Amino acid sequence: MNRLHALATVALAALLAGCNGGDAPLEQYGANPQLPAPQRGLLPSMTIAKPAAWGKRLPAVPQGYTIKAIATGLRIPRQTLVLPNGDILVAEGRGGNAPKLKPKDVIAGYIKAKGTSPVKGGNRLTLLRDADGDGTYELKTVFAKDLNAPYGLALVGDTLYVADQDALVKFHYTIGQTRASGAPAKVTDLPSAINHHWTKALAASADGRYLYVGIGSNSNITERGMAAEVDRARVWQVDAQTGMHRPYATGLRNPTALAIQPATGGVWAVVNERDELGPDLVPDYLTLVREGGFYGWPYSYWGQHADPRVQPQDPEKVAATIVPDYSLGSHVAALGLAFSSPAMGPKFADGVFVGEHGSWNRSHPVGYKVVFVPFRGGHPAGDPIDFVTGFRGNDGLTRGRPVGVTVDPRGALIVADDLSNTIWRVTPTAPPAAVKPATPTTASGVAPASTAAKTQM
Amino acid sequence: MAVIVERTRGALHPFNAVFVAGAISLFLGALLSDIAYYRTYEIQWNNFSSWLLAGGLVVAAVALLCAIVELFRNRWRVWPVLVYALLVLATWILGFIDALVHARDAWVAMPTGLVLSVIVVVLACAALWIALAGMRAGNAP
Repeated sequence: MNRLHALATVALAALLAGCNGGDAPLEQYGANPQLPAPQRGLLPSMTIAKPAAWGKRLPAVPQGYTIKAIATGLRIPRQTLVLPNGDILVAEGRGGNAPKLKPKDVIAGYIKAKGTSPVKGGNRLTLLRDADGDGTYELKTVFAKDLNAPYGLALVGDTLYVADQDALVKFHYTIGQTRASGAPAKVTDLPSAINHHWTKALAASADGRYLYVGIGSNSNITERGMAAEVDRARVWQVDAQTGMHRPYATGLRNPTALAIQPATGGVWAVVNERDELGPDLVPDYLTLVREGGFYGWPYSYWGQHADPRVQPQDPEKVAATIVPDYSLGSHVAALGLAFSSPAMGPKFADGVFVGEHGSWNRSHPVGYKVVFVPFRGGHPAGDPIDFVTGFRGNDGLTRGRPVGVTVDPRGALIVADDLSNTIWRVTPTAPPAAVKPATPTTASGVAPASTAAKTQM
Repeated sequence: MAVIVERTRGALHPFNAVFVAGAISLFLGALLSDIAYYRTYEIQWNNFSSWLLAGGLVVAAVALLCAIVELFRNRWRVWPVLVYALLVLATWILGFIDALVHARDAWVAMPTGLVLSVIVVVLACAALWIALAGMRAGNAP
């Protein structure tokens, strides 16, 4: 009788969750991740973060590094930008106006909201300043307000670009400024109907001529219809002077952060892939965005893996899908990307930092950390290395969720945390003397643009 | 005489028929929009189905409560009442599974969702049949 009962329980659990009760994460890192068959029970497997306060705790960093909260009490900080004088701009906001189309949206929205901060989005840029260079940012002031869910930031010369959820805007910026001199001017409108994935990632080309804007899809997998997906799931190339745009690459489901590779000028992105195909599908990825490339969404994932949920299908699009460069693992929710520099120490000098907001769509949570993906010869080489962890404690409570990461050329990683509304700063405890002189200190001309491109996101 | 008494005991309260019939109209609507989605790929039909199923489940839950009350009035020995109650229960359970299937994104709801919607409508119709037959028998002198 007992055994029968146990059997029935197992069968019911399997029916509901699709046989993925103990979904220890598959190690899906690098160019050739193992991809299991799609699976979906009657209910998607979910584990939602249980928020808790940090108290006296701190996130964990590797030996030889120190972490410190340099700003707290923000209103949903997402991305940061280190300005040429070392000031930090923080974009704060919460966007999206997707209507609830199904009973599922009502229920899932309620459940997922429990894993995020209840604070109202700031819709502003906050400036942090450490005037005496002691690592304490004593000035915290509003640089610009009344923005509309600002996210991507980039500085080109004396122009500060901000990607709101509905428009790319610009401010005139002079070094040392602590408050915008006026309302921003619009460069171009950005696709904003529905805005299921509302974040607009931003990067500026090294010469400052082009801006790249990441625009997420308007659904998980076309459940709002294909008409909602016009101009979505792509990276735009915007002419900084005229505001004209063209699609630079398409089929990128949710390109949440863009960064320019300093040595090559290549546009790199982290992309969040589709949900509800099982705990180990589909890997979120890091890739060099190839001009004119199609990366699969919605028809296909990781190359030629057609998604049966999309009807009518398009075999030509499936065949044309490019395989991305590097899998970060399924459901990690990569939201931040920054190229490192020798100022971060020899072990973390060549590669990218990736902020992982953390999963909801698997019973065993993944992400909730900042990782370092080492590069060799300009390409990812090797498994990701944990750089900042402890956002999700062993007690099952979640104290923070990383979003944007930015490398301060003076030797620090800036991490925005939109759960505890904190900005974290990670520094080498003893800066490596050999590389310190290599830290770029730029003042004018083209150089600030490349600094901005390197450090934004 | 004994036969007449037996039939009278088989009568269901009219509430049962009202709520089962109400659920049928909603489940039938879900079935029709499933058919429309299956034929056109137009996602809005899938949204309609989801809400119609949710509404059907609410009304069917009231019907299920009425059926349980009938059982608790010590009538579970009367087989039409028992069969009726089981049919309403089956309608609700399969309707709930159907709703979960419809909650999956896009085409993955098909064709399982359509098949389940057909079964749910058939079960609900069978329950209504018994409820109405019981009323007719119960009103007989």
